[in-house]
Amino acid sequence: MSPATQAMQKDDTQNPAMLWVKDGEALWSKPAANGKSCASCHNDAPKSMKGIAATYPAFDTQSRRPIHLSERINLCRKNKQDASPLPPEHQDLLSMESYVALQSRGMSIAPHRDKRMSEFFTRGEKHYKQRIGQLDLSCAQCHDDNPGKRLAGTPIPQAHPTGYPIYRLEWQGMGSLQRRIRNCMSGVRAEPFAFNSTEMAELETYLASRAAGMAMDAPAVRP
Amino acid sequence: MARALITVPPNAKRGEVIEVRVLIQHPMETGYRPGSDGRILPRDLIRKFSCRYDDGKSNEIVFSAELYAAIAANPLISFHTVATGSGTLTFLWEGDNGFMQSEMAAIKVS
Repeated sequence: MSPATQAMQKDDTQNPAMLWVKDGEALWSKPAANGKSCASCHNDAPKSMKGIAATYPAFDTQSRRPIHLSERINLCRKNKQDASPLPPEHQDLLSMESYVALQSRGMSIAPHRDKRMSEFFTRGEKHYKQRIGQLDLSCAQCHDDNPGKRLAGTPIPQAHPTGYPIYRLEWQGMGSLQRRIRNCMSGVRAEPFAFNSTEMAELETYLASRAAGMAMDAPAVRP
Repeated sequence: MARALITVPPNAKRGEVIEVRVLIQHPMETGYRPGSDGRILPRDLIRKFSCRYDDGKSNEIVFSAELYAAIAANPLISFHTVATGSGTLTFLWEGDNGFMQSEMAAIKVS
């Protein structure tokens, strides 16, 4: 990341993602049709949501697979608020997610070390190393073999998802890790994994483990 | 209504140069880009920004800007002004499709 982008991320008065955080803060205490808001169960987000985002993806006993933070928010909407789940990349969903993620800023990423997660982790690692698409490239070929070099002018990072959801300058807006992964996949001309699919959850589980111990910097700004 | 983040120092000394930062949520659609259906997305820009400083004695525009298609989405505008007295700063954004938003911030000058 260039020093300019880093400065933009570090300063909350410049970081455009803070606009979504403010929206999320408002949504946190906005009651749904049945009168329940996030705050009616979870109270104060800065206390109750501290460190939560750093543990995702986490195992969901109902669907028996790891789920992402946005899926957890949607589950709460469905089960507790009697509201319809929001579609992937919905602005409200990204706002909620960035507000929750902000509460873990600076904390170490600590993915769930759950036995039930290990098979998903293994498959995620396989996805990561699998060559795909017309360009026949795997994630590892860029992010393990060539990090720090440049691809079309931007540095190749080491695939540590520390700052999601991110404000990406190229998108001129907010986006999730899934959107970013799909970007890479269509970049190598492969068919991207569907949003909230099991494959996506596997890959995200693996990526979170790669970033274990690193500090959360969500909501981040990326080029 | 679009969300805006206003950063004004709450306290300042008389005659001090202060920095004001305003960030607003807006797509700043250029009117040149095709959408996912191949059709050109209609232009939707903030065209004008102004900041009025009411310090109790005078009420005048201390900063204004015209914005064009090359300005990024969610524009951040940062400028300096002299703290002349306690009062309010009123920010006004005007744009295409009748977009108009006004925000206020208080400043205390000692």
